[in-house]
Amino acid sequence: MRHRPVADVSHLPTYDFGAASPMWWGTLAFIALEATGFALAIGTYFYLAVLAKHWPIGAPAPDLLPGTTILIMLLASVVPNHLVELWARRQDLTKVRIGIVIMSIAGILPLIVRIWEFPALRISWDQNAYGSIVWFLLGLHTSHLLTDVMDTIVLAVLMFTQKGKAGRRLSDVSDNAFYWDFVVVSWVVLYLIIYWVPRI
Amino acid sequence: MVTMAMALFHRRRARAGHPPLRIDNHRERRFGRAVVGATASTVLILAALTLTSFFAGRSVASLSGTATLTVRITGHQWWWEIRYPGDNPSRMIVTANEIHVPVGEPVKIKLDSPDVIHSFWVPALGGKRDLIPGRPSELTLIADKPGVYRGQCAEFCGYQHAHMAITVIAESREAFDMWRSRQDAAAAAPVGDEERRGQQAFLSTGCALCHTVRGTPANGTIGPDLTHLASRRALAADTLAMTPGALAAWIADPQSTKPGAKMPRVALSADDLNAVATYLGSLE
Amino acid sequence: MSGIAGKAVGQKQEKGLKGIRDTGLEEARLHAFLAHAWQTPKGLYGWLVTVDHKLIGRRYMVTAFLFLVLAGLSALAMRFQLATPEAGHIGPDFYNQLFTMHGTTMMFLFAVPIMEAFAIYLVPLMIGTRNVAFPRLNAFSYWVYLSGGLMIWIAFAFDTGADAGWFSYVPVAGPEYGIGKRPDFWAQMVTYTEVSALAVAVEIIATVFKQRAPGMTLDRIPLYVWSVLIMAFVILFAMPAVMVSSTMLILDRLVGTKFFDPAAGGDVLLWQHLFWFFGHPEVYIIFIPATGFVSAILPTFVRRPVFGYLGIVLSLIAIGLLSFGLWVHHMFATGLPQLGESFFTASSMMIAIPSGIQIFCWIAAIWGGRPIFATPMLFVLGFIFTFVIGGLTGVMVASVPLDLQVHDTYFVVAHLHYVLIGGAVFPLLGAVYYWFPKITGRMLSERLGRWNFWLVFIGFNLTFFPMHILGLQGMPRRVYTYPPASGWGEMNLFVSVSSLVVFAGFALFFLNVLLSLRGGSIAGDNPWGASTLEWATTSPPPSYDFSRLPVVRHREPLWDEPDTLPVVEGLRVDAREVLASTVADAVPQLRQPSAGNSIWPLLSAIAVGGAFLGSIYTPWAVVWGAIPVSISFICWFWPKGEPEDEE
Repeated sequence: MRHRPVADVSHLPTYDFGAASPMWWGTLAFIALEATGFALAIGTYFYLAVLAKHWPIGAPAPDLLPGTTILIMLLASVVPNHLVELWARRQDLTKVRIGIVIMSIAGILPLIVRIWEFPALRISWDQNAYGSIVWFLLGLHTSHLLTDVMDTIVLAVLMFTQKGKAGRRLSDVSDNAFYWDFVVVSWVVLYLIIYWVPRI
Repeated sequence: MVTMAMALFHRRRARAGHPPLRIDNHRERRFGRAVVGATASTVLILAALTLTSFFAGRSVASLSGTATLTVRITGHQWWWEIRYPGDNPSRMIVTANEIHVPVGEPVKIKLDSPDVIHSFWVPALGGKRDLIPGRPSELTLIADKPGVYRGQCAEFCGYQHAHMAITVIAESREAFDMWRSRQDAAAAAPVGDEERRGQQAFLSTGCALCHTVRGTPANGTIGPDLTHLASRRALAADTLAMTPGALAAWIADPQSTKPGAKMPRVALSADDLNAVATYLGSLE
Repeated sequence: MSGIAGKAVGQKQEKGLKGIRDTGLEEARLHAFLAHAWQTPKGLYGWLVTVDHKLIGRRYMVTAFLFLVLAGLSALAMRFQLATPEAGHIGPDFYNQLFTMHGTTMMFLFAVPIMEAFAIYLVPLMIGTRNVAFPRLNAFSYWVYLSGGLMIWIAFAFDTGADAGWFSYVPVAGPEYGIGKRPDFWAQMVTYTEVSALAVAVEIIATVFKQRAPGMTLDRIPLYVWSVLIMAFVILFAMPAVMVSSTMLILDRLVGTKFFDPAAGGDVLLWQHLFWFFGHPEVYIIFIPATGFVSAILPTFVRRPVFGYLGIVLSLIAIGLLSFGLWVHHMFATGLPQLGESFFTASSMMIAIPSGIQIFCWIAAIWGGRPIFATPMLFVLGFIFTFVIGGLTGVMVASVPLDLQVHDTYFVVAHLHYVLIGGAVFPLLGAVYYWFPKITGRMLSERLGRWNFWLVFIGFNLTFFPMHILGLQGMPRRVYTYPPASGWGEMNLFVSVSSLVVFAGFALFFLNVLLSLRGGSIAGDNPWGASTLEWATTSPPPSYDFSRLPVVRHREPLWDEPDTLPVVEGLRVDAREVLASTVADAVPQLRQPSAGNSIWPLLSAIAVGGAFLGSIYTPWAVVWGAIPVSISFICWFWPKGEPEDEE
């Protein structure tokens, strides 16, 4: 079939930020499917709670301290997270380097606190269905936290190598910041459910 | 479908690679109206069906509440335990795999299961209801005509899901009352030597660990109650007909007839085996 | 690289642009450059590292059809046992494994993957791009799918085949009653295939949203691509449910959680809710792209565009949405409140409306066109006929009182095979006949094709229609035998014999494929005179799909302009580049670099697979398995100095 050129795309850029980039849409799709997973797990929590005569079953409400600490840490991390995104969009490599190191630390800290959070649930996963579902919710969130922290650290290392200079990597930084927001928002919801539903 | 056949044959055929047809806007509008019309009629038909289904469901649901008799059915892998609560707890009848009901009277059936999900279903007497561990349920059933109705577990429940049948016998009120009072009695005492030997073997070889025969020391609750075994029409949830030969064959080797069944093969001498079969065959 | 790059010296190139561009490049050199940039290395290594969507799509197809053969053979074995009452050929232990493997394989390892396979192969070609948005994720998804399928069938070979049904209800599959490791293998196989399906869904969404040819606005997207896009969305929101539930199942079995244990506050119906929240959309995940096949094949063989484009798109969206409101109709017999039941009856009835609209639109297109009775068209007509019957019985089972009678009987077996074989496999076979020339460059034999169609069509109806009657007579599903006194014997024998006809039909299909691969007549670019972009390139397409990326100005581009293809210029030819455009209007935005070959998707799949497999035996496998998984993922994403990084 004969070709008839009708448009010239030679001056288009090779990367951009946000909705212009296919990777952003990929990230959004992953967030959507993971949010569905969270929603179903939360649905299970309420389903079991409605069935049970007393909720929580055979346990006191969980200890507030570690979970609330993580909540504060995650909420505080939103500020540097958005600064990193902003700097990435402005292609300011020096500031991105500082910011992404801060974000790596901001990710590791809640992971450390989480070690105390599981015992603070004051129930074991195999005691009853209540124990199973709260461990499940917390485990689900931990795996997301862990994944994103690892991603952040890898990007941080990358930023200090030659390869980090490519503009496309800054687009990755911005998508990573987008995903971090999801990790934070999902914790706000889970925190309210795990800690405050048993108290009403 | 008729439309489709007409559509196919009233048109001239074309050949592959034939240039595409020109679209005639006037005709397209006609098609548009036809599609909208067909869709509208589909909507109407479906709405009518939904309403019919809703009212049919309501009339089925409204049956309950007037029952004269209650039967409790417990599903086990792979048999049905059946209890008729009496006026006081000691007068409860326990049997298996066979329900007797008076004709024309609503019977409340209470369902539960201690192991896996089963489903109670007697096709000739209406819909089915699952027996779900931890969620007791009930349904009401009326047999309008006397007869023997076969039912079968309708939810996959493991190895012998295929051999988990239940029989409903609908009979006149008198026949039902007679059956009930016979079931109420303790087991017949063995009369002949063979029966006595059979009872002895039954009580001493482990049968009694799982089965109950009221009026004897046998009071196991894992397997079906055998107090009036011979009054029932079939063995092992309608796997075998109730004949002396089948009974002996079943006791000799349950696993070859119903692989996976919970009843183990019990080592019995040939004489003991026949004696046990004779004894159980006498428990009418 | 340097060899070819050397030749480019002297090429008239605009200054200030990085890399070598296709602007004004003569055909032979253009092909040489692109073939080099997009090549897959020869030999086994190339086979393991390739990210070409066509190679991966083909691989998916072959694998899925192999699983179809396995599942088909297990169906034949079951029909052999059921041919006569109380037959002793197959005992309950093996029979339960057979029917579970049959259902599981058909649903998870054949039906969904084959639909994904066609999507992976066709979508980039139909929207005029060169690869999917995430080529390595695509490769990864195949390896994960393959390992899940192999795992469950190898377990079956060692007498550890899943045996609790494709729905694996607890408690039969739970910690107390599940036999050995059988349900664990089932649960992990499901997790594998879900991971792969979700990966495919994500990449299809991103590809269709961002990589459509310039000018392919939303109302010019081919209907098949619309259907695949909606399938991807249904996967995205349905599959997490079964991942959540199968994870809970394996946790209950492995570490003693109590999700499904009523004695400790759990609930056995929880499993059914979660499973059917996925399980019913699953049917539409299979059915929606199948209707896409019909909407793609039909116009070509009636020589006019499909009638009611907008109506069909909206119907597809409506089906996708409504499919999430149906799950409870699998649970009417569990005894739910009547109001809830009525809601689900209404929504189950409602889904018949968009399905009906599609059928009316197709009939209108047939009416207004000139039908050509080639094999793909025969399958489409067979589909419409069968699907109408399946739809009618579907409306029947949506009604609670009726459903309570036929639920879990052979009536439902008949219904679901009418919907799935009639509704999905017929269009699928039509699709194979239709696109085989594009994929292989050769036509399938029309003569064998006709035999194939009539054998499958007649055999199918003879096999499954009587099952409606068996069901109404009270024969339950999933029984390994039935008593002679039931009177079901003769009809079962008839069904079993008829199933051999279906088998012969499929044997002919595979024979046709094998013969035509070698001896089929050469197809040419567009043997059917079709209208969509995949026919604008050669058959089979080159590794880079299009030597210049097309521009779309019409819903039926090749009918609008049959001889010339409007294209864009200015893309690099010395690196993998595709165009990213805006979501709604498809205005070019980026020259998007496309990932090259890599071994890491395979190694990541092995690492992930190892962790899943190990977790059947010990929870620590997840912890230790996380290490190789992380390493392989980091290596996957670590940039390796591709040329596009220069910019």
